[in-house]
Amino acid sequence: MEDMGEIVGEFLMESHENLDQIDRDLVSLEQEPGSRDLISRIFRAIHTIKGTSGFLAFSRLEKLAHAGESLLSRLRDGVQPVTPDTITVLLLCIDGVRAILSSIEENGSEAEVDIETMIVKIQAQMNAPTDGAPAAAPAPAPNPAFEAEEPVSVEQEAEAVVRPAPEPVEEQRQPLGQMLVDAGAAESTDVASALQQQIEGDERKLGTILLEEGKTQPAAVNEALQSQTPKRSIADSAIRVDVELLDTLLNMVGELVLARNQLVRGVMEIGDSGLVRSAQRLGMITSELQEGIMKTRMQPIEHIWSKLPRVVRDLSNSLGKQVQLVMQGKETELDRSLLEAVKDPLTHLVRNAVDHGIEDPDKRTAAGKGTEGTLTLRAYHEGGHVAVEVADDGAGLNIERIAQKAVEKGLLRPEQVPNMDRRDIMAMVFQPGFSTAAKVTNVSGRGVGMDVVKTNIENIGGAVSVDSTPGEGTVWRLTIPLTLAIIQALTVDCADQRYVVPQVAVLELVFIDGNTTKVEYASGAPVYRLRGKLLPLVRLDRALGLEVGGDQGVYIMVLQADGRRFGLVVDRVLNTEEVVVKALNTRFKDIGLYAGATILGDGKVGLILDVSSLARRSHLAVDSERENVVDKRGSGSGSTERLLVTAVGERRVAIPLDTVTRLEEFPRDRIEHAGSREVVQYRGQILPLVRLSHLLGAYGEELEGDTVSVVVYSEGGKSVALVVDRIVDIAENSTTARRDAEEDGLVGTAVIQQRVTELLDVRRAILAADPNFYSDSMDDMLVEA
Amino acid sequence: MASRQFATFEVDGQLFGVEVHTVQEVLSYNEYTPVPLAPQAVGGLFNLRGQVIAAVDLRVQLGLPRQALKGPVMNVILRGDGEPVSLLVDKIGEVVDLDDERFEPPPDTLSGPTRELVVGTFKLDGRLMLALDVIQAVDTYRATN
Repeated sequence: MEDMGEIVGEFLMESHENLDQIDRDLVSLEQEPGSRDLISRIFRAIHTIKGTSGFLAFSRLEKLAHAGESLLSRLRDGVQPVTPDTITVLLLCIDGVRAILSSIEENGSEAEVDIETMIVKIQAQMNAPTDGAPAAAPAPAPNPAFEAEEPVSVEQEAEAVVRPAPEPVEEQRQPLGQMLVDAGAAESTDVASALQQQIEGDERKLGTILLEEGKTQPAAVNEALQSQTPKRSIADSAIRVDVELLDTLLNMVGELVLARNQLVRGVMEIGDSGLVRSAQRLGMITSELQEGIMKTRMQPIEHIWSKLPRVVRDLSNSLGKQVQLVMQGKETELDRSLLEAVKDPLTHLVRNAVDHGIEDPDKRTAAGKGTEGTLTLRAYHEGGHVAVEVADDGAGLNIERIAQKAVEKGLLRPEQVPNMDRRDIMAMVFQPGFSTAAKVTNVSGRGVGMDVVKTNIENIGGAVSVDSTPGEGTVWRLTIPLTLAIIQALTVDCADQRYVVPQVAVLELVFIDGNTTKVEYASGAPVYRLRGKLLPLVRLDRALGLEVGGDQGVYIMVLQADGRRFGLVVDRVLNTEEVVVKALNTRFKDIGLYAGATILGDGKVGLILDVSSLARRSHLAVDSERENVVDKRGSGSGSTERLLVTAVGERRVAIPLDTVTRLEEFPRDRIEHAGSREVVQYRGQILPLVRLSHLLGAYGEELEGDTVSVVVYSEGGKSVALVVDRIVDIAENSTTARRDAEEDGLVGTAVIQQRVTELLDVRRAILAADPNFYSDSMDDMLVEA
Repeated sequence: MASRQFATFEVDGQLFGVEVHTVQEVLSYNEYTPVPLAPQAVGGLFNLRGQVIAAVDLRVQLGLPRQALKGPVMNVILRGDGEPVSLLVDKIGEVVDLDDERFEPPPDTLSGPTRELVVGTFKLDGRLMLALDVIQAVDTYRATN
């Protein structure tokens, strides 16, 4: 009996995999109804399920699979065409099979699932008038006749009993005749007689005999021959490992990382060079081991995407919309536990995009777009994270409606709205109980959804944001850590205690010296002028109810959560390290400020701060003060940082717009040389040029053209020109992710307009053009040159 | 005659006991991470072989002022429900084997926070041991006054 359980378990697992593939194939089949390959593949998969379920005596499953197979065979034989309706019925049939499988999995029996109605539907589909298709195929009359067909199938099985119990195909090379019979492309009697002919001296090959006698189709033979060529079996290159074992290994490696951190710290204190070397080596091995173990748990995001074509198809059909699903980067890998956690939010975003994002064909036509909308799923690595985007080319978010709704729901006060950043307004859709759907559908718009998406994603240490351009579409963006268990974090000191801040939330750090940088107060609310824009500040010590320290010699961590930015004031920022996240005892859940705990390098426990709940709590607390902040921000209008985005080779480089004096195009032949430098004459001055492509080492192909684009920077009567390939756009700096640059000539990278963009270190670029720009000897230099 | 084994410890001069099978281990530890905004009774967190353990200050649970947590403090680590949790105590006593006949319900004169934590009194030679209700003892959301 034990063995039986194992066989059933294997059958379930295999069948689930097969069903997923069938789902995908059916959706593709709808796109290209003529594909014999697809039909055959689906047919084979269902046939395998049918065969095995017969062998394991799951008779209802067998019956349902058989019904589906019968319909498929009509499609394959061209008796009836592939229509969206047939696909729908076949998908239903697959769902039925799935339901039975789950029932078997849960209680070992298949009895409770209603297959009869499904079988009736399948039959109805087979009997559906198929405009002039030959009615030659057995067109069984409704129920009784269909039931009567059962024995036939049993007989077929009986014939096939010659072969051993169905086994995975790749394990053995089957004879051609057998394969043709299995695929339903030839009758076993014909094969038998062909074999008999061979035995009697016919030297033709089996396939040839069958073909010449018209007993089978050339395509079917071809296909069978192809699949006969031995493939490298999966069993040779991969093994199945219990996930629990991997989890245990991961935990142990987590402990090892901790032990390593402690050891390295200790060794550094001792300072013995031999020990240091060993410790470094241990560190390296540990890192590699950690990476290796992580890899074993990584799965391509395709695993959770594979169900989406079906979701999109069903939903768009039921809504009367046309949606094309494009997937990019489906090989991007994520930790499996994260994949699980991302699955539902992602599905929700996709459904939401089809339901609310993409418009009806009529509306699209009216807006001058094609009737078919495009939904793009994109996954890519970015820093230590994976970004997953769900982008539609629909109508975009209606910012006024969102603002209005937020006011109605009491989430915002009317007077706040005019001064709010549009992204801050858009982020309101993530608030609990918020939904702008004009009508509530069974798909979305029930007011549960986006906030759940956000909570789920934040629970795994990720972040979600939205950006939208009216009329052009909406992009939902999930930022997910590569792995759940180990995160990149910054350790900080506050009131003599150490806390841990997940790095995903950190945009930048600012040191407050009290002179050039200082904390200001807007009617009691601490703020900081970050590049001219007021950043609300939260003092960590105050938020934690600890003794409040001073404003000098402290650090501001610019954090992003809930689509809002705020500065967290801490005493000291120590370093970045990888920490292993430990779940906190449930008794601390109510506090809400902690996302977990970790063991720090010194062996002490450190609390990991929950940035978004910090933001929430603090915004609540300073709500009355926030108004002042907003007002002040309003009066200093135009202080938003705007960036000039340029193209340099393959890269996007952004230059703060307030450092740009003019944009010019110079004819290429006006570039002259002064020593090793390139210059042009410009408004009676000699203007030194620096090519950003050289400065940044982006040696792409030099653009051919008659003119060059330059960005002119002037200060104190001096100017320099930065040569770029192209001016792309001007963008608001609505940074969602940013990290410090490791490269010379850049101050950092940020995501602007969904693209990774490098922020130019302007001062450095200017000095490259003119080393004496900031001193007074410029004229001398040029004369000298 | 049924008998039970109790691990005993002292808080503020009073001897307490919990049944041995509820105890995972006993150890002294000296670095606790405070948890701001947590209930008063939470003494802090510490690292037990890579596991984060919450230490409940039994003094606070008994209505006494907090432990100073400067220098080593004794922990009685209870298996708890799913995850271990520690009780901070003053001093560890012996493991005693007690017959049920030595048991008596808590005296009527015992009142205050202690009463809620105690399931009964065991008469030892020369002193009394109060048997703790383990679940109540680690419940940091108990109204403490």
